[in-house]
Amino acid sequence: MTGRRYSEPGDRILSRDPVSVRRYAGFTRLNHWFTATTLILLALSGFALFDPSLYWLSSLFGGGQATRWVHPFIGIALFVSFMILFVQLVRHNLFRREDAVWARNIGAVVKGDEDRLPELGKYNLGQKFVFWAMFWLIVVLIATGFMIWYQFFPEIVSVDTRRIALMVHSIAAVLTILTLILHVFAAIWTRGTLSAMTTGTVSGGWAFRHHRKWLRELAGRQRTDPAE
Amino acid sequence: MTIAPNVDSPRTATANPPVQPAQGNLGQAAVVRSSAGGPVAENPTALTPVAKLIDVSKCIGCKACQSACVEWNDTHPGVEENVGVYENPHDLTPDMFTLMRFAEYDNPETGDFEWLIRKDGCMHCADPGCLTACPAPGAIVQYSNGIVDFIHENCIGCGYCVSGCPFDIPRISQVDHRSYKCTLCSDRVAVGQGPACAKACPTHAITFGTKDDMTALAAERVEDLKSRGYDNAGLYDPQGVGGTHVMYVLHHADKPGIYNDLPEDPQIAGVVENWKGPTKTVGLAAIGLAALGSVAMGLFSRVAVEPEDERHAEDLVDRAAAIPGGEGSGEGKDA
Repeated sequence: MTGRRYSEPGDRILSRDPVSVRRYAGFTRLNHWFTATTLILLALSGFALFDPSLYWLSSLFGGGQATRWVHPFIGIALFVSFMILFVQLVRHNLFRREDAVWARNIGAVVKGDEDRLPELGKYNLGQKFVFWAMFWLIVVLIATGFMIWYQFFPEIVSVDTRRIALMVHSIAAVLTILTLILHVFAAIWTRGTLSAMTTGTVSGGWAFRHHRKWLRELAGRQRTDPAE
Repeated sequence: MTIAPNVDSPRTATANPPVQPAQGNLGQAAVVRSSAGGPVAENPTALTPVAKLIDVSKCIGCKACQSACVEWNDTHPGVEENVGVYENPHDLTPDMFTLMRFAEYDNPETGDFEWLIRKDGCMHCADPGCLTACPAPGAIVQYSNGIVDFIHENCIGCGYCVSGCPFDIPRISQVDHRSYKCTLCSDRVAVGQGPACAKACPTHAITFGTKDDMTALAAERVEDLKSRGYDNAGLYDPQGVGGTHVMYVLHHADKPGIYNDLPEDPQIAGVVENWKGPTKTVGLAAIGLAALGSVAMGLFSRVAVEPEDERHAEDLVDRAAAIPGGEGSGEGKDA
């Protein structure tokens, strides 16, 4: 058995014909979808408070008062679940040398011309970008969120700071939603990706095409079946 | 003396109420601005702009205005502890819409000690920061006579009005989670009566009438004060918020800050304007474009796994299995 450089402890080859690879454990997937749900709810309730043309969305949460009340609590739930996800995934989202090559060949990425791209570990630079963008935006959102949580923290900052916090919170929220759109788009555009977060597995072909170093490492770590 | 029934707004606070039944004229028909795109009247009743004039030089600090305010609005400010200052309660609260603020001022020019008493409360800005910041449609309205009123049933208690206000006036109730402030007694003005505070004021430091009348009265008062040695006496009707419908006569109009931090040049904070303006427009446009763009790109292109990828994967996995610790020792070829 060789050490792990490109894979998580739970990642392994599940079957060889056809090749099927475990990418995310059940807990990670549950956590991911919990975070996703809270993010959608935050976007909907936040939109209601952001622009009058979307105020009608507050009726989904039981009216304006209820929306104003529930939004920060959902925010805390998202922060906690995202941070668990962060700790689980951060190791393989650190930048590596091949990421720079990937970035230089972004045109090939868009064309799907993967032969011109370096072999990658568990994540490519685009995935790492989504990961870190979400991390920093969520940190900014929770920090400014407390500053504008008037019901419970009316005195936490001065009114001047609160005004800035309101604007920063709304800009960070817009950027978060843009990142979310990029994340969902990339997951659908790159066929075969969604199953990683639903069943937890991806096909060998998908792993070979997009994350070959990761697949190589897992292949090298297989236990040889005694019957062979 | 009673108010003539054909006059749209009361001209004074000292008159007795009209005796004939009156229909209030400050309803939806008089709404000229409404928060977050709330309903405004199509042809709003054109009412004469009104104003309350507070002559600080005449105030004796008796707090009759506070008592009248509490009585008329039926609020119940809690009994508080004496913290060693004259203000009581300690600040504006959801139950105290107006507050006498006391400042002890050592005038460096004259060597005199001056007791500056300012009746604090909503200024009823022509350009209200609270209304700009409010996200709830119809929770804050402005009537054609200039009164800015909170429509509590539409308020969601977010506190944005507190951040939007250049004068730090609105207060959110922790009981019903709605925002409260001086209404300029819109429910009295609507039926021809002046505000309760003005009616109660024993020295006529608080007067009420049309904005023109109050501006003219202020000019007389300023002239009088100047003749008494207050060379910098003046009217406080800050243009940064388009003028206000509550105005002060100050003996030191050049230094409003000495009256318990009355802002020198109040205006809606730039950051609030940006948050409610470009951030909203640009933000929603960016989100809309990104969503449309990704749907379009998703329709016309994709990256799919080819059957040969699957074959390669099988080869790779089989070969690695045949040589224990062989292929994929973690050192895939670096590009």
